Amino acid sequence: MPLETIIAGVMVASLVLYALLGGADYGGGVWDLFAFGPRARAQRTLIAEAISPVWEANHVWLILVVVILFTAFPPAFAAIATALHIPITLVLIGIVLRGTAFTFRTYDVQRDDVQRRWSLVFSIASLITPILLGTTLGAIASGTIRFENGTLMSGFFRSWIVPFPFAVGFFALALFAFLAAVYLTVEARERELQEDFRMRALVSGVAVGLLALTVFILAKTGAPTVRAGISRSWWALGLHLFTAIFAVGAFVTLWTRRYWLARVCAAAQVTLILLGWAFAQFPNLVEPDITISSAAAPQITLELLLGALAAGAILLFPSYYYLFRIFKAE
Amino acid sequence: MEDLLAARSQMAMSLAFHIIFAAIGIAMPLLMTIAEWKWLRSKDEIYLTLAQRWAKGTAILFAVGAVSGTVLSFELGLLWPNFMGYAGSIIGMPFSLEGFAFFTEAIFLGIYLYGWKRVPPRAHLFAGAMVAVSGALSGIFVVIANAWMNAPTGFRIVDGKPLDIDPIAAMLNPAAFSQTLHMTLAAYAATGFVVAGIHAFMLRRDANNRFHRAALAIALLVGGVSAILQPLSGDTLAKSVARTQPVKLAAFEGHFETERGAAFRIGGIPDEAAGVTHYSIEIPYLLSILAYGDPNAVVKGLNDFPASNRPPVAIVHVAFQVMVGCGVAMMLVSLWAAWRYIRGRRNQKWLDSKWFLRLLIVAAPLGFIAIETGWVVTEVGRQPWIINGVMRTSEAVTPMPGLIVPFLTFTILYIFLAAITVWLLLRQVAASPRDPEPKPMEARLAA
Repeated sequence: MPLETIIAGVMVASLVLYALLGGADYGGGVWDLFAFGPRARAQRTLIAEAISPVWEANHVWLILVVVILFTAFPPAFAAIATALHIPITLVLIGIVLRGTAFTFRTYDVQRDDVQRRWSLVFSIASLITPILLGTTLGAIASGTIRFENGTLMSGFFRSWIVPFPFAVGFFALALFAFLAAVYLTVEARERELQEDFRMRALVSGVAVGLLALTVFILAKTGAPTVRAGISRSWWALGLHLFTAIFAVGAFVTLWTRRYWLARVCAAAQVTLILLGWAFAQFPNLVEPDITISSAAAPQITLELLLGALAAGAILLFPSYYYLFRIFKAE
Repeated sequence: MEDLLAARSQMAMSLAFHIIFAAIGIAMPLLMTIAEWKWLRSKDEIYLTLAQRWAKGTAILFAVGAVSGTVLSFELGLLWPNFMGYAGSIIGMPFSLEGFAFFTEAIFLGIYLYGWKRVPPRAHLFAGAMVAVSGALSGIFVVIANAWMNAPTGFRIVDGKPLDIDPIAAMLNPAAFSQTLHMTLAAYAATGFVVAGIHAFMLRRDANNRFHRAALAIALLVGGVSAILQPLSGDTLAKSVARTQPVKLAAFEGHFETERGAAFRIGGIPDEAAGVTHYSIEIPYLLSILAYGDPNAVVKGLNDFPASNRPPVAIVHVAFQVMVGCGVAMMLVSLWAAWRYIRGRRNQKWLDSKWFLRLLIVAAPLGFIAIETGWVVTEVGRQPWIINGVMRTSEAVTPMPGLIVPFLTFTILYIFLAAITVWLLLRQVAASPRDPEPKPMEARLAA
């Protein structure tokens, strides 16, 4: 397998990990916004405790995706950053507001009105950022970003202010909220709190299903090549089958309150959805013109980067495991 | 506002904002770890309180630094896509290493901040040390990438495209060592001085507070040692600039005429149209000595470079003067502190001087003024190039119109964040802890 394909694979893996870990942190913010009922305060506390020690580390997966993209595929990074300047800028504003408001809330006066104000900034940013992030990815998949001789022909709006990327955005939001709710059922100590997040997981799980269908329908005109990849190639059937099995599995285990299994199913489901997208788009990095091989950096850069990624992984995973064992075991 | 200017302003503003948090993110973990180490060694509770107090401040500052750093990693492409398209494969390497250093930093900071009760004391101290080391490494990797923009190596240009790329040679560019050394010391010196200044201020009101005395000693140790070493690293860096960017060196000095045995200028206002620097104090031969180690060396003047390749001289010269002035002042303060410490450490009287504390308060912001002006010197001094001698900043900018909008948006956002951060830190600082009452360890750690 050519090096650039392996590195593109590592990039997709980082994106999957960002969705599973960082995505769930956004989802936590969404449930902070929709905390209600007699245990609203307990819900918020649980969310904050779950996110606090890990969100900054989880957030680095996104940085890793960007760094791999601009080191291994510089022209693709330049093209995406040019064509999607506006949604990416909005994502960044969301990331800044989400992270700072969350930290400020922890260290500001513990008075209700002050706390509520920061909660609002934190949770609204957590709601909007995934939509914009998904919109950005949807635009990359849509095939509407066009360059001619290095000049952007498709404008700064046309590729993302259309239904398909926004549907992907809402789909991403639903996935993140679903993941967070499922994870929180495992983290909740009291049974009633578990029930709260179980309900939320089931509702957002339904939303995931409906939005998946919407994305698929809109892709017919919104992202025809990726849709063709998803629905026609030989591996597609198997992939759909497994995604469906895990989706149903997540529902069944949530229904029967086997939360730990539900977490595995939900994570597997999200992983398969992202892999399905990646495979359907392969070998294009930015539909339809920029491919993995056309954008690849010279061999030596790829070799060194892969070496750095391998060495970094050896350092990273034990530390990451240690972090999660400290705060997420029990 | 023209789009290129807006893009440059947004980049400058983002960097100027982020560098404060980045520098603190490098140095504060070291201070916390020293305090915690002293606690473990001496069992003196005051050091535990100190480590925990500093950790709270660091948590706030780190969060702002992490998100503003994320913004920068995207802005490289949002504002300068042609630069990243050209240079990504050459200097992506230090950024990917930085990615892992930052990962390590974030992981162990999580353990440090939230793990007081969950991991054994030694593991906790180790987490602090990991944050300190990986924080310093993150900074070093990013500055290596910047050094490459000043002294690009590791490739050959054929038909306007980079060929024969060697990312290792790019990382080992001639500016890398002196620039990373200079910035790392700057981070320790600037943070040490601010922290020392804050605790000196508290000691002025509460002279015998052991908490503030302990804090001041650690901050001044880290800041002072760095401030004393900093002029040496500055000298190394100036010599490297003389070799790799002679026009930048001439701009530092407002040096227009090529001469043998060139004088070093203190102060002065460069008049670019007339090609002279007015009202400066000149020390004969010193510039030749500082730049080339030879009193009779020829220092090329700005007039011998084409006007289209010169940076804006006045800004660079003034910023350079301010940076050097701050650095020298910090070195002198540190030497005085060292002298007081050596003479007065046994009777613990070295901090009992009204004037010494007042001076520390006044000197508190100098390090950050030096960092900000120093980056002006580096970045404006490299203009009109984004990659020195290879790509002009105007060639790198995005075709996106209306860049004034994101510039103003981020400016307002960052002013807001700065105000909140300052307010929250003041809240943390406001109360001086007394000597803690003897309480069982569990209760203390739970606090």
